[in-house]
Amino acid sequence: MTQINRLSGGKINRDKPCTFTFNGKILQGYQGDTLASALLANGINLVGRSFKYHRPRGIFSAGSEEPNALVQLRQAASNEPNTRATVTELYDGLYATSQNHRGPLNFDLMAATDLLSPFLGAGFYYKTFMWPRAFWEKLYEPIIRASAGLGKLSGEEDPDIYDKGFLHCDLLIIGAGPAGLAAARVAAHAGAQVIIADEDFLLGGRLNSERHEIDGIPADQWASETLAQLQEFGNVRILPRTTVLGAFDHGIYSALERKTDHQLHSNGKPRQVLWRIYSKRAILASGATERSIAFPNNDRPGIMLAGAVRSYAKRYGVAAGKQISIFTNNHSGWQIAQDLVDQGVKITAIVDTRDIPPPATFSGVAIMMGTQVVNTTGRKALRSITLSNGHVIQTDCLAVAGGWSPNVHLTCHQRGRPEWRNDIAAFVPSKSRPVGMSVVGAANGDLTLGAAIKSAHQTTNAVLKSIGFQTKRTQPPRAIDEAFAITPFWHVANQKHRAWVDLQNDVTTKDIKLSQTEGFHAVEHLKRYTTLGMATDQGKTSNVLGLAVMAEMLGKPIPETGTTIFRPPYTPVAMGALGGRARDKNYAPIRKTPSHQWASEQNAVFVETGNWLRAQWYPKLGETHWRESVDREVLATRKSVGICDVTTLGKIDIQGTDAAAFLNFIYANPFLKVPVGKVRYGLMLREDGICYDDGTTARLGENHFVMTTTTANAVLVYRRMEFARQCLCPEMDVHLISTTDAWAQYAIAGPNSRALLAKIVDNQDLSNEVFPFMACGEITICNGIPARLFRISFSGELAYELAVPTRYGDSLIRALMAEGQEFDATPYGTEALSVMRIEKGHVVGNEINGTTTALNLGMGGMVSQKKDSIGATLSQREVLINDNVVRLVGLQPVDKSHALQAGAHFLELGSKPTTQNDLGWMTSVAHSPTFGHSIGLGFVKNGHMRHGDIIRAWDGIRGRDIPVKIVSPHMYDPEGAIQRG
Amino acid sequence: MIIHHPLLGPRDASEFVHLGDATLLSRPDWQADDAIAQFHEYLYQRENPAGEYRELWYHEQGDRSWLIITRNTLTHEISSVELARDVARKGSAS
Repeated sequence: MTQINRLSGGKINRDKPCTFTFNGKILQGYQGDTLASALLANGINLVGRSFKYHRPRGIFSAGSEEPNALVQLRQAASNEPNTRATVTELYDGLYATSQNHRGPLNFDLMAATDLLSPFLGAGFYYKTFMWPRAFWEKLYEPIIRASAGLGKLSGEEDPDIYDKGFLHCDLLIIGAGPAGLAAARVAAHAGAQVIIADEDFLLGGRLNSERHEIDGIPADQWASETLAQLQEFGNVRILPRTTVLGAFDHGIYSALERKTDHQLHSNGKPRQVLWRIYSKRAILASGATERSIAFPNNDRPGIMLAGAVRSYAKRYGVAAGKQISIFTNNHSGWQIAQDLVDQGVKITAIVDTRDIPPPATFSGVAIMMGTQVVNTTGRKALRSITLSNGHVIQTDCLAVAGGWSPNVHLTCHQRGRPEWRNDIAAFVPSKSRPVGMSVVGAANGDLTLGAAIKSAHQTTNAVLKSIGFQTKRTQPPRAIDEAFAITPFWHVANQKHRAWVDLQNDVTTKDIKLSQTEGFHAVEHLKRYTTLGMATDQGKTSNVLGLAVMAEMLGKPIPETGTTIFRPPYTPVAMGALGGRARDKNYAPIRKTPSHQWASEQNAVFVETGNWLRAQWYPKLGETHWRESVDREVLATRKSVGICDVTTLGKIDIQGTDAAAFLNFIYANPFLKVPVGKVRYGLMLREDGICYDDGTTARLGENHFVMTTTTANAVLVYRRMEFARQCLCPEMDVHLISTTDAWAQYAIAGPNSRALLAKIVDNQDLSNEVFPFMACGEITICNGIPARLFRISFSGELAYELAVPTRYGDSLIRALMAEGQEFDATPYGTEALSVMRIEKGHVVGNEINGTTTALNLGMGGMVSQKKDSIGATLSQREVLINDNVVRLVGLQPVDKSHALQAGAHFLELGSKPTTQNDLGWMTSVAHSPTFGHSIGLGFVKNGHMRHGDIIRAWDGIRGRDIPVKIVSPHMYDPEGAIQRG
Repeated sequence: MIIHHPLLGPRDASEFVHLGDATLLSRPDWQADDAIAQFHEYLYQRENPAGEYRELWYHEQGDRSWLIITRNTLTHEISSVELARDVARKGSAS
């Protein structure tokens, strides 16, 4: 069987045959075909099963509006479900299968659903699956899930690459049909930067599918010559295979360019590119889409849009049937008949709903005026149609011409509402459309060729003038206006058989009737109750029809019944294209500290903190459990000296004569009188009085401070400080700069930290007298390398933090480890850091969690009421300072063998686990190798008064309930003698 | 959206962080007798106009300017963009 329906002519390349596979059958087509045209050429029209009733379905349209012919394209990981065969460009080696059936396509086991259709009307799910409630999860949901959806995903990772790009232009022209090309010609000559995009791979729109003349030459030839001319202009960018998906604010449009979808392999190139187009003006020349008529059993394979039948004949050289009949309510049906006859396609009958004299005659064609199609036969392919006058006509293809709907979609993306035009029985764009967008041609309701070209020409001239371009006085290309007259006819009333409105979601006129009967009159309700227009085609061929049927049922005119508007995207987009390159490890940038290479050499295990990778622990040979490594790191630090990379802490440099006053406003505790050469701990509140960050700030000079923030909040703190500086303290002389990336910083902690440091500092006295606890200074190390030294301690040990310019970070960690060998210096990671801070009772994000105050954290006294600072006023609200608020405490298990668990709630011994009895919760836990048992921090109501009490740590989720003792949060060296030592 | 930054010209909105009502510039006097009530009003009470709205945006992926943008909440039309610091210095935020 070789292309039994192939005609002569068409815009296909007969020198480039393509072999492809559909449902296992090996078939032939040509370059220039779509999968749909190639299937039709091979006499195949049954291509899928409908969504709800599993009815056999065929190719309906010849464009992106296709509701039926959705296939699975390609295989394995490259498999893409729900691909429209009507826009899938044929290539050699294409592989496709039909979808939504169990068993073979022509014997779908799910087809029994069709017999149940009386029970499956609109609202079926809402009514049926409500009760009993217990059936929901175990019975209903699995059944619904199994029968829902059309195609199947491969479940494998998408092997393709997707890119994103940015384009700028004076004028974006959407659509390269007659109007778009006429607009582009004008703009190209005016010298404007032009982008013209069209979803098709062959530009020219309807000029390739219809028989017209422009400027005295065949219209398709005019299109290709115009394109060739446009290509000569350096200021015109032509984007075929590019769908403009959405119109966004301020002239921004998104567009998807399919780069390699028409090839067997991408060969490493991006499959698709998602463009963001910045335009000064846009011209929408998106044409119009034909719509159907709702008549009984109008969904059989072989019943197609009339324009599509013509398109297959003229553009693709394919007869959609051997005996084609036409059902129309307007003159375009007759034009189509003429075009088909000219292409050598046999027409059997023309059925026109209008009771007027026939606009034309064709020899051998039965013509029935004032007649309707009232039924059809043929389960897997159309066999005959029955007319209202009783005639039965044998036909294998019925071309339905129900009128044309302008493609107004993009005009609605900012809530523009189209207006009804009675003369063409269609919605056209209203004045409320995106700023900077003009609409021309059929999209604007100029459905005839001459008018479309003329309006495009004139509008483009005016648009260019408005943005400062000189346009030459030229005449628009000449074309005649073909006959177009329509008498609206929407549906054939019939009680017995179903008449489809929305083919993709299986919505029939009965569903619309039910919706009307049950009170869902508003269009938005109609859509949601019946799912009309809510499939992947967004109702391109069905919305207006559905609305018209509802209007008839309500006895109201269409404009009073309502209109639906559209959202982006215009056609479905692969998630991969929206994600672009931002997936897997490229989802977000990875930040590495200067010691990363060194830490990797030590086999460090890394953890993500924000975008940073931090060493979590450093396993040594023979250590099989993370706890072994962490315990060793803690004990080694407390015994001798440990080194930890703290580069990731946020660092902000603050300078200016008002720097101290500014910090005094930012921090809740006083900062005016911090001496030069000293560090102070600072607590930041939000304006609502809740803590949000803490850190240390060092005064390096009279007008120079260096602040550290937590790793996680570095960006937020900086943003808020800039807000305070610019918006709240605009007169202050103070400047901020983030220096997080400029410095590598290491904590050196433990009794031998001073001895180790002494080996690398240049002439710096480290004694307690000269450089005591909380001292800081700018020094040099290793013979002249600039450094900053801070005597601060997060671990509770005698400790320092040493910062060097980032480029010395790697050298410094290596120098510290080499010099530290005699002290058995041990690198420690974030886990050991955390264990030691819990032992010491220092708070982190677990405690400063966005709900806790300074008072909760045991630092209420720090919030000065003698000055203005952010959050100070509202921190004194009654609800935050009453006697019942929770306080930070330490927790220890009564039975030392028990492990504590974060998230456990506290209860009095013997009280029931209820919200009323809740005393607080456990925030942080660790196994303390120092104490030899589990310890924790947490919040307990009035906990500061309850040290020594025993309460329950109840963890209902994990089924744990153990007695714990409340202790001071400062479990290790509560007096601080060690860190001051 | 495109924001016409007073110093840097037209910039894509994705470079900015949005904060909200520009009345945040009018921070109450902490020493007022009813300071808590005033701060409560300042922090929580907002107009929600359908139309022109003055709001704070931060050019985080740019020069770190805080801007006051007058935006129509119905159309997203931006009718003015000012440096928040200039507005704060003039002492008028609304």
